[in-house]
Amino acid sequence: MTRWRSYHTPSTVEEALALLAQHPERARIVAGGTDLLLDLELGHESPVEMLVDITHIPQLTQIQEDDREPWIQIGAAVTHGRIERDPTLRRVATCLVEACSVVGGPQVRNVATLGGNVAHALPAADGTVGLLALDAQVQIATWREGQVDYTWHPLPAVFAGPGRNTLQPGQMLTAFRFRPPGPGEASAFDRIMRPQGVALPILGAAVRLGLDPERGTVAHATIALGPAGPVPFRATAAEQALRGADPTDLRAVEQVIQAAQAEARLRTSRHRASAAYRHEMVAVLLRRLLRRTVDRIRTAVPLGGPT
Amino acid sequence: MPTLHLTVNGVSHTLEVPAGRYLAEVLRYDLGLTGTKIGCNEAECGACTVLVNGQPVDSCIYPAFKAQNAEVLTIEGLAQVEGVVPDGSLRERVGLEVDEPLHPLQIAFAVHGATQCGFCTPGFIMQAKTLLDENPDPSDEEIKHCLKDTYCRCTGYVSIISAVKAAAEFKRTGRMPLPALPPAKEPLQWVGRPLVRPDAVDKVTGRALYADDLSFPDMLYGATLRSEHPHARIRAIHVQEALALPGVHAVLTYRDVPGDPRHGLVENDWPVFAGGPFPARYVGDPIALVVAESHELAHQALEQIRVDYEPLPVVADPRQALDPDAAVLHPDRPTGNLLKHIKVRRGQVDQGFAEADVVVERTFRTPRTEHAFLEPECSVAVPAGYDPDHPKLTVYVGSQIPYADRRQVAKSLGLPDEAVRIRGTVMGGGFGGKEDIAGQIHAALAAQVTGRPVKILYSRQESLRFHPKRHPTYIRVKMGARKDGTLTAVEAELWGDSGAYASLGEKVMTRATTHATGPYVVPHAKIDCYAVYTNNPPCGAFRGFGVTQSAFAVESTVDMLAQALGLDPIEFRRRNAMRVGVVTATGQVLRESVGLVECLERVERRIRAWRAELPGAAEAEESGDPWAPITVGTKRYAWGVAAGYKNTGLGGGAPDKAEAEVEVFPEGTAEIRISSAEMGQNLVGVLQAIAAEELGLPAGRVRVRVMDTDLTPDGGPTTASRQTYVSGNAARLAARTMRQRLQAVLSEKFDVHPEVIAFHEGLAYVDEERLRRVRRGGNGAGDPGGNGHNGAQGTAARRLTFAQAVQALLEEGREPRVRYEYWAPKTQPLGTGGDMHFAFSYAVHAALVAVDTETGEVAVEQVVSAHDVGRAINPLSLVGQIEGGIVMGLGNALTEHFIVEEGMPWTQRLGQYKMPGIKLTPRMVNELVEHPTADGPYGAKGVGEISSIPISAAIANAIANAVGVRVLALPVDQDALLLAMKQGQQELDRCWGDPPV
Repeated sequence: MTRWRSYHTPSTVEEALALLAQHPERARIVAGGTDLLLDLELGHESPVEMLVDITHIPQLTQIQEDDREPWIQIGAAVTHGRIERDPTLRRVATCLVEACSVVGGPQVRNVATLGGNVAHALPAADGTVGLLALDAQVQIATWREGQVDYTWHPLPAVFAGPGRNTLQPGQMLTAFRFRPPGPGEASAFDRIMRPQGVALPILGAAVRLGLDPERGTVAHATIALGPAGPVPFRATAAEQALRGADPTDLRAVEQVIQAAQAEARLRTSRHRASAAYRHEMVAVLLRRLLRRTVDRIRTAVPLGGPT
Repeated sequence: MPTLHLTVNGVSHTLEVPAGRYLAEVLRYDLGLTGTKIGCNEAECGACTVLVNGQPVDSCIYPAFKAQNAEVLTIEGLAQVEGVVPDGSLRERVGLEVDEPLHPLQIAFAVHGATQCGFCTPGFIMQAKTLLDENPDPSDEEIKHCLKDTYCRCTGYVSIISAVKAAAEFKRTGRMPLPALPPAKEPLQWVGRPLVRPDAVDKVTGRALYADDLSFPDMLYGATLRSEHPHARIRAIHVQEALALPGVHAVLTYRDVPGDPRHGLVENDWPVFAGGPFPARYVGDPIALVVAESHELAHQALEQIRVDYEPLPVVADPRQALDPDAAVLHPDRPTGNLLKHIKVRRGQVDQGFAEADVVVERTFRTPRTEHAFLEPECSVAVPAGYDPDHPKLTVYVGSQIPYADRRQVAKSLGLPDEAVRIRGTVMGGGFGGKEDIAGQIHAALAAQVTGRPVKILYSRQESLRFHPKRHPTYIRVKMGARKDGTLTAVEAELWGDSGAYASLGEKVMTRATTHATGPYVVPHAKIDCYAVYTNNPPCGAFRGFGVTQSAFAVESTVDMLAQALGLDPIEFRRRNAMRVGVVTATGQVLRESVGLVECLERVERRIRAWRAELPGAAEAEESGDPWAPITVGTKRYAWGVAAGYKNTGLGGGAPDKAEAEVEVFPEGTAEIRISSAEMGQNLVGVLQAIAAEELGLPAGRVRVRVMDTDLTPDGGPTTASRQTYVSGNAARLAARTMRQRLQAVLSEKFDVHPEVIAFHEGLAYVDEERLRRVRRGGNGAGDPGGNGHNGAQGTAARRLTFAQAVQALLEEGREPRVRYEYWAPKTQPLGTGGDMHFAFSYAVHAALVAVDTETGEVAVEQVVSAHDVGRAINPLSLVGQIEGGIVMGLGNALTEHFIVEEGMPWTQRLGQYKMPGIKLTPRMVNELVEHPTADGPYGAKGVGEISSIPISAAIANAIANAVGVRVLALPVDQDALLLAMKQGQQELDRCWGDPPV
């Protein structure tokens, strides 16, 4: 319950990492704070003396479509609310937009950041599941003797376990990037909730598909599920099963589902869901999402106006 | 301390505040902008919503320094941004008294009844503003998306949706649409009109002051250390380290209580502090109170207190509480852990079951639930002699029973009652959860010890841990009926977990027991209820007061019986329904005001009409069954119905009275005073309308003062749906007595019979029509009790303004004040066979549910209801009570469960206790049935509780109709329901919150 004694709002990544380097034991990064501050208040996290708020760093709050490089880049401190409303992302990152727009209410989405969602490393985090299906990469800034090095990694590289990331002292997330969909590609996210006192979904899933324009079969596919293991989960066996298949063929879809059910590590979690129920929900979500993604590709309508 | 620069509502501020401050704290405590409320401290409820650089955020957990150099807009600044002065037509049509600019949302929330307790209102308005800024004509879905995590516990959101739409229309067209209300009896002058509540403007502007909005110079802050164990002897409490912290003024424990060390509304069993002779009996038990210079410091000091516990065996399951080897919580009680064995006996059940062709027997479970009023408990005590306004020890608190607070505070402090004053503040909801003592005694004691004002504010998490809940129950019901659909017998056994202290447990479980035959004629009944002590959180009053629980069991069983008999569930209920002339299971003859059959018929008509309008209705018509499911995609839709009844008033032989005072003033106004609690239900509006009616004054000229033990006479507890009836009658009769006094004065002045003096629209005059009647008949002005008028306002010579009439009264040296003590009709204790209650309200609810057969998710799409409330005094507030009650009951069925495992709450945050949000609000059609009760004011009886009673069973019955699974335990678990559907299981006795299999 003892609160932090100082609150810093650096305006560059250098400044932020320098502050953290000066006070390695006592300082922590905060972005939206919707998870961290609550955990501090409830005593689930040990008290900190210094909070370094990275949301005032301009570099971290950009959404960029790069003309030269085929990447869309989202700063780590971009909020869920901005992702939900961003016209470019609505077009090119449908599953991420859908995932971000179901988190909390608008008040929470206006402060909670995508970087915070990923750094918290919960296997069921909606934004993370959406990002994973986009086959996104993550940019990590590392403080080296007064210099900042930036490196790109596949997103799964930052997950160490439930609620734990791989970031070392002197490191922070700064951005995410993914390749925008070409013709014949689309994505979708959905989740199963319960109306009772559990904020995390029972199961979330995101699918990105590319169809062969001639044959209508799947050219490439990514499928993310959560929680389906200790870290956010890519259903690679299901992706494999989907490749070359007709996504509207019910038997093919059932094979994909079985592959996903076989590879997902589903648990029973107290007052949230049974493993058996989650097993069923893998099927429900994949059926819905494959249908929706194929519809989007066929109609070429990714997502309507802001909801 | 670091420097914070902020612009708030256009004014720039530079403040030195601790780095750890949250924005809501800066706004409220540093800038005094208390319109922004803190409801949960966990970004869950949205009460603290403000705009930072135009974006809505939850300011309760938003670091203030995150808003460095930002522009902040709060409720206090909203009307400056976009304000209009409402035109006089709203005053004319709905009594909106305001001549300042307001934001269209503020006007609409007032006019549509979208503010009740008002605690969530500023947050809702700020959040909805962001929607209207972008969207001139939002749909229901868009409104629900915007307000998804902004919670209201009073309204059920229906009026909030209509208010947002009305504000949008006002912005588009300049015209403010009025709420659509169900037809009700023709209004009198004020009674029966949908008037805006008198405190609405204060609530929509954020000016209404709740306890935590108060502060006094030199005020200290209290923080409470609570037990870590559900049952433990306390060997020692080490407070020295806490006491040694600079700024800590006192650490109080059981040794510091000068008077009675225990309190309690019924049983005096609840220690002011656990410790010494009193073990901790649940994890909410207070052990020590730190009093310090700041709220933060007081809480930090708690961490320095060490307690030596000796854990004792825990009684966690009510059914094991009476085992001979169970630990006994209160060894001084002769009945051990049995708080009360309650019995209802009528006829011979064996004979009844022998006569039955069909018998159904099941055991049901209902959850422990939490009131989740949006305003956490807060008490502010000011010591005697602190300033001229506080000659005696004063406690400011939002409490449902101010006089009981006074008694309990005085007793534990060893003072006479008169040495303590309770001053009620605006109250952010109660629902039964603010009847017991919370921080009142602690704050008073701390003020006494330190000689300074002391505030004790509970965080949401402390509120959850500490205060009494709704009793979880096990209810075994056995019902029998003949082939023709006549009920022959009911046998029931109820187990109610009353937790560590009695609270109102005995009364609650008595009501569960006496109502366990449902609103039906049952010739043979045998009902046994065991209310027991356990080491779980105490359970006490909660809207519905035990009847919510037994109604779920009984109404589910009734549907199963109807099905077994092949009878339509409404027809089966109609055949057995209570009506005038029948006898209840407790032996009471119902002589009047039983509108149940009309409620059944109104609901039946609505459902059949709905069915007839469906595409393909013709084919469905052939089956003739309005309850048959309809499949659309993966969803199965079906209606379910349930009925209920609820007493008005304390009953059972308890003296039920209220005293009101009316004072008239020479400027032509009146004030009505009564200690009864305004907790959001609009009692103040009811009393205002009644007094205005009786005095013939415009409602806006009647002030209402409540909840002050020095200035308002005792209205009794605000519980048992009793205030409209009991306090309403006290107000009515006090005002009438005042009118008669004025009539007597004016009759001499005009030299006429007193009864021909009429009071109407702020005038007093000789009513020529009445005069003619008196002359013809010699006596009897007609309607001697009422204040009817016939439009004839007398001649100028024999007409005065109300102000002149009061002046005449004063010139005569007559008292401008009248007190009237109203005693409700006498009732009899259970078991005597007499009238246990003086009135009952009735309701029928039907719910259309959609069950997703792929996921087991249950959604309530529509609700149709009919309520017999005797008379709608204010249809707007009445419908608000109905909508809010229905959504609260929906929560009981589908979302709410305060989970406790071996005495330890799993539910520790509001985020773990989901009351229904706006997304769960169904479409509603609510009909009013008005079978007047003779002694009720204008025929009115209670509505506060009945509105939340039948809905849980209606939802369970609908689920059974939709997918063929009978739910025996609440709240419904979609996980288990899906499994049951897949496995063809017809009954489901798992609920959400049960341990994993």
